[in-house]
Amino acid sequence: MANFGFTIKKTRSFNLSQADLRKVNKLLEEVPSYRLCIGCGGCTATCSARQFTDFDIRKVHNTFRRGQYDKLAEELRKCMLCGKCTLVCPRGVNLRSLIINMRQLLTPSNETF
Amino acid sequence: MANFHPFVVPFVLGTIGLFIICGYKYVRWIKQFDRKQQKLIKKNMFSTRIFPAIKEMFNECLLHLRITKKNWRLGYMHRSIAFGWFLLIVVGAIESRIGIKGPFHFWCAIFYRFFHHNPPINGTEVFFTQLMDLLLLYVLSGIFLAFVKKIHSRILGMKRTTKHTVMDTTVKVALWSIFPLRLLSESVTARLYANGGFLTQTLGDLFSRPVAQALELPLWSLYSLALCIFFLMLPFTRYMHIFTEVFLIYFRKLGLRDSVKMTGYTKFELSACSRCGMCIDRCPLYNTLDINDVQSVYLLRNLRNLEHHQDILAAGKNCLMCHQCAEDCPVDIDLMSIRRISRDKGDTDMADNYRYLDPVKGFNAIGRVAYFGGCMTQLTPTISESMKAIFEAAGVKYWHLDGDRAICCGRPLMQQGFNKQAADLRRKVSELISSCNATALITSCPICYNTFKHEYHLPIPVYHHTEYIDMLIHSGKLSVNKSDTTFTYHDPCDLGRGTGIYEQPREVLKAIGQLKQISAEKENSVCCGMNLGNTVLSLDQQTKLRDKSLQILTEPNPDVVVTACPMCKKAFKHGTEANVKDIAEVVASSVRNVE
Ligand code: SF4
Ligand code: SF4
Ligand code: SF4
Ligand code: SF4
Ligand code: SF4
Repeated sequence: MANFGFTIKKTRSFNLSQADLRKVNKLLEEVPSYRLCIGCGGCTATCSARQFTDFDIRKVHNTFRRGQYDKLAEELRKCMLCGKCTLVCPRGVNLRSLIINMRQLLTPSNETF
Repeated sequence: MANFHPFVVPFVLGTIGLFIICGYKYVRWIKQFDRKQQKLIKKNMFSTRIFPAIKEMFNECLLHLRITKKNWRLGYMHRSIAFGWFLLIVVGAIESRIGIKGPFHFWCAIFYRFFHHNPPINGTEVFFTQLMDLLLLYVLSGIFLAFVKKIHSRILGMKRTTKHTVMDTTVKVALWSIFPLRLLSESVTARLYANGGFLTQTLGDLFSRPVAQALELPLWSLYSLALCIFFLMLPFTRYMHIFTEVFLIYFRKLGLRDSVKMTGYTKFELSACSRCGMCIDRCPLYNTLDINDVQSVYLLRNLRNLEHHQDILAAGKNCLMCHQCAEDCPVDIDLMSIRRISRDKGDTDMADNYRYLDPVKGFNAIGRVAYFGGCMTQLTPTISESMKAIFEAAGVKYWHLDGDRAICCGRPLMQQGFNKQAADLRRKVSELISSCNATALITSCPICYNTFKHEYHLPIPVYHHTEYIDMLIHSGKLSVNKSDTTFTYHDPCDLGRGTGIYEQPREVLKAIGQLKQISAEKENSVCCGMNLGNTVLSLDQQTKLRDKSLQILTEPNPDVVVTACPMCKKAFKHGTEANVKDIAEVVASSVRNVE
C-alpha cells in the first residue's frame, strides 16, 4: 500500500474508574501548577531529548495523569532535565519539578535522607 | 594531696570527657572517608602543605580574619573570645609553671589564683598578673558583644542571628557564664590575699572581707561547674566547630573535597559550621521572600543531627544554588556540594543512559573552535547569531556544535541529585566534544561553562563568551566602536561566584560604552530568580526575586541592562521597560566593519 505518511493510531481506551490515581493525586499535590496544563504540547515541541529520540514529554505526563504508569519510568530516563520545557510552557507549569516527582513516584529511589 | 581541692573535680571530669568524646567522633569520621580521600591523606599527610595549613588555622580559628574582613565588629567579637581564651590558656600555663610550688597538675593552670595566694612581688609576677587581667578583660569584652548581638543584632551589622536549639542555648549560657565567674572568683580571692591585678583587685576590694570569705568557694565551684557543663556539651552542640575547624583546614589543605555522597569529610564540614548565621543575611530567599528555614546553616544543622528527615528534604530542595552563602561563609565550607549531597537520589538506575547521543559523534572541526550555545541559548537565538557575527568579524573559524539539536551539559541533573545519570550524560557529551577535534570550546551559558570547567576533563581549553570576546578585543582581532551608551552589568551566579569571571565582561563593556556601578555587584550580585538549582519556587516567587534583581540593575537608569547568561536575559526581558541584552549582542552591534 502506498505510504502517504499518515497512520491510524491504535485506540488507547481504558477504564478510568479502575485506574489507580494515588500517584496522580500525590503528583498534583507536589506540583500544583500541573493543574493548569492545557495539553498544548509546547513542552514536547521544544524538548531537547525529542531532538534525538521520539521522547514525548506531553504524552508522558498526560498518560501519567490518567493513571497509566506502564513503561513511563523507562521513558522518563531520556529526559536531560534541561528545563527548556518549563521555560516555554504558556501556563507556567513547573515541568522540571513535575518530571522529578514523576520519576520519584515511579521508581521510589533510596534517597539518602 | 597538695594543690588539690574537691571543687576541681567537675572541671577534670569535663576535660577528660571532652577528649574522649571528640576523639571517638573524629576517629569514626576519619574511617568514613572515601577511598579517594584516604589516598590523598596518605599521600600528603606529611608534605609541606602542613605549613600553609598551620597559618590558616591561626588566621581563621583564632584571629578570624575572614569574618573581620566582612564585618569588623563581628570579627572582633569572635577574635576576642577565641584568641583571648587561647592566650589565657597559654599565658596561664606559663605563669602557673613558674609560680606553683609543689606538685603541678593541669588544673593548677586554670585555677592558679586559688592555689597560689602570694601577692605578686617581683617584676615577672606583676607582669603576668596584670597581663592575665588584661586578657580576661579582652575576652569579657567579646562576651559582652555576643550578649549585645543576641539582644540587638543590628548593632553588630547583622540583619538577623541564627535561631538556635535548646541545647545550643543552654551551652551558650554556660559559655557566657565562664568568664564572669572567673572574674568574680579571682576578685574575691584577690580581696582575701591581695594577689589580683588591676581588674580583679579593684573589683575584689569592693567586697567586704566576710562576704568574700563566704563567696570564695561557691564561686570557684561554680566556675569549675560551668567549665564542666560547657566541655561535656560541646561535642553535641555547635561549639564543636572550635576543634573541628582546625581539622577541616588541615584536610582541605591536603586536597580533600566533598564527593557526591555523604563522607567523613562532609561530617567534618558539618561540624565545623559555627552557626554564625553569615549565610543568612544575603540569601535571596530570606531577603526577598522571607523564607527563613532553608538556609545553609539550618540545612547543615539538620544534616548533622540527622533528624527531621522531612525537613532535610524540604530545606534541601528549596535553594537557588546561587552560591551567595558559599561566598559569605567564613569557614569556607563547600555549601553547594553539601546542598547537592542533601538531594542525592541514590543509584537505583544502573543502566547506561543517554545512549541516543552516541551516533551524533564524528563531527570534524579540526582547526576550528567549537561553539556550544547550550540548551537555553536555543531559546534566545539572537545570542548565538551575535556570536557567529563576532566570530566572522574576528576571522575565527568556528563550528556550531549544538546548532540544530540541544545537548544538556548535565548540571541540572547533578544539581537535583541524579548523580548516576549526570555522570552518564557527562561522559557522552565529553566523548562528543573530544571527537570533534576542535581547538577550543566556547559556550554562551554560564551554567554549561561552570560544568565544563569543574566537572569535565576536556582536552581543549574552555571559555565563556565574555572571556573569549575580551581576548579577541585585547589581541586586536576584533575592533569595536566606543559610544556613549550606558550599561549596567548583571553578574550571573554561575559565571561570577561560580567561576570567578568578574573583570572580563567589565573590560568588554568599557571598550564599547560607559559602565555604571550598581549597589550589589560582583560577589554580591543578586540572583535573577530563575536559577536552575531550584525546582520548588512558584512563578510568583520567582517574579519577586527577578524584580529585586532588576531594581538594583535599573537604579542608575542605564540605556541597556547587560547580562551574560541566556536564563538571566529571559528572566529580565519580561520584567522591565529597560532594554535587556546579552553581552554578545551589544558587542555584535558595535563591531567596527572592516573595509
Ligand atoms: S507546555 Fe505546559 S500547558 Fe502545554 S502541554 Fe506542556 S505542560 Fe501542558
Ligand atoms: S527538561 Fe527534559 S522534557 Fe524538558 S525539555 Fe529538557 S529534556 Fe525535554
Ligand atoms: S554555613 Fe558558614 S556562614 Fe553559615 S552559619 Fe555555618 S559557618 Fe556560618
Ligand atoms: S545558594 Fe543562594 S538561595 Fe541557596 S541557601 Fe545559599 S544564598 Fe540561599
Ligand atoms: S539565570 Fe543567571 S542569575 Fe539566574 S540563576 Fe542563572 S546564572 Fe544566576
